[in-house]
This record gives sequence, C-alpha cells and structure tokens, in this order.
Amino acid sequence: MAESEKTIKLEYEVGKEEFSKAGLASSNIKKVLNQIGIDAKVVRRVAIAAYESEINIVIHSEGGKITTEISHDKITVIAHDKGNGIENLEKAMTKGFSTASNEAREMGFGAGMGLPNMKRTSDQFSIESSKGAETRVEMIFNI
Amino acid sequence: MLLKEAKEILDAEILAGEEYMGREVKAAFSCDLMSDVLAFVDDKVLLLTGLTNLQVIRTAEMLDLSNIVFVRGKRPNEDVCRLAKEKKMVLMGVRHTLFEASGLLYKSGLGAIEIEGE
Ligand SMILES: Nc1ncnc2c1ncn2[C@@H]1O[C@H](COP(=O)(O)OP(=O)(O)OP(=O)(O)O)[C@@H](O)[C@H]1O
Ligand SMILES: [Mg+2]
Repeated sequence: MAESEKTIKLEYEVGKEEFSKAGLASSNIKKVLNQIGIDAKVVRRVAIAAYESEINIVIHSEGGKITTEISHDKITVIAHDKGNGIENLEKAMTKGFSTASNEAREMGFGAGMGLPNMKRTSDQFSIESSKGAETRVEMIFNI
Repeated sequence: MLLKEAKEILDAEILAGEEYMGREVKAAFSCDLMSDVLAFVDDKVLLLTGLTNLQVIRTAEMLDLSNIVFVRGKRPNEDVCRLAKEKKMVLMGVRHTLFEASGLLYKSGLGAIEIEGE
C-alpha cells in the first residue's frame, strides 16, 4: 500500500449522561494526533470540535460513538448517535439556541455555542438529523 | 505575569502543580460557562472560574490551557485534581469573587483577550 493511502481509524463509544467519562474520547483523539506529529494548531481545532460533539452526545442524545479517520491530507471526525434527533436544524445551528437540561448547565454547558463552534473550527461541516431520528455530524480538517 | 506573582496578588492556595509556578501567562479569561470558553478562547490564557467539575479540566485540556484559578472559595475534588496533575496543570484556589480576582490581576497588568466580532 502506498504511503499516502494509509489511514488510522479510531472509534469510541460515548454514553448518555456519562458525565464523569465525558471528554475521554476527545482526550484520546488529541493524544493520538499529537503522537503522530500533527500540527498543534490543527490538533487544537480537532480537539475542540470533537469535545463539543462528545458533550452533545452525552447531554442531548441516547448515546452514540465518535469515529476519527486520519489520512495523509485530512482528519475526519464523525459523531453519530442513536437519537432522539433535532427538530429544527436551522434553529440548532443558531448561536444561543439550547435545550440543555439544568444538569448540563450546572456543568458549564448549554450556551447554544457548540454546533456553531464545530462549524467554526472545522474546514468542512455537515449535520444530518430530524425529530426522532439519529444525529450525524461530520467534520473534516485539512492537514 | 508569572503564576507565582498571580498567587501573591490573589493570596491563592495552590491545589495542583506547585512545581510549575514559574510559568508565565500573558492574558486571562474569566467565565463560568465552559461553552463560552470553548468558543472564545484562542490563546493560552489563565482561566478563572467558579466551576470545579471534571469538564473544566477537559475543556482546558482541549484548548491547551494549563493554568486555572477557582474563585469564591470553591475547591475541586480529588479526582479533578488528579486529572489536572496528570495533565501538568496548575490549579489555584482563591476566596475572592470572580469579579474581584479578575480586577486584582487586571490592575496588576494582566490583560484580556480579543474576541472575534460578528
Ligand atoms: N446530538 C444531538 N442530539 C439531539 N439534539 C442535539 C444534539 N446536538 C445538538 N442538539 C440540539 O441542538 C441544540 C444546540 O446545540 P449546541 O451544541 O449548539 O448547544 P448546546 O449543546 O445546547 O450548548 P453548548 O454547546 O453551548 O454547551 C441543543 O441544545 C440541542 O437542542
Ligand atoms: Mg453543545
């Protein structure tokens, strides 16, 4: 296999309302990216976006997983959960919109900044969801 | 500003990372909302906050922040301190309010960060 075709794939389960473990997946992703020598600025952007998506799975969904693929020219992070979906995507993408629980707010979340922040920190951002369905966020970072 | 200077100014107690008090910080950010820390902080600032849960350490970790001051007399638990030590972070605790701690540091020359406009 040619050098440029090698990819590394990481996959982490993220549990619903598992506050004590929240951030572990993103922490591991960050560690791996640092170990393979990805530029620190890129690592920081990936870490922020992965962490925002991880927290969203913990506080808003029924649980899911975060998959990261590292190839020679890009890093792809996919946060995919089991529901219960987002009714109005446009609203969800608006800064300040949040349906976070009191518990999440007490932890310091629920400002309605997460999805806009994932869009800001990534080079390509897409989100698929609907009411009662799964939510899938895909973010690409050029290396 | 050196962390040991900040410690004197704030009359702070060191909760983790005593060996790193020679570190320098160029600016600070005061906030109880981790969402906003993640959205607005682009520099390696000193973080002042009244929250003490594990997600404060995780937030700092993602942003490459290594130095945190807990205000209003709040103290993180052992698990939180352990993770911070693992990440080579400095944690300090002060009795001041967030406003007062920020003001004391600002008065002594520690600056704010610029945030992106719309
Ligand atoms: N994985 C998800 N499943 C279901 N709903 C979601 C999911 N992610 C986001 N949402 C919905 O979109 C809203 C906006 O998400 P966003 O991450 O921008 O803000 P937040 O999580 O509420 O607060 P913050 O990210 O600032 O802590 C959420 O409040 C929630 O209603
Ligand atoms: Mg969020």
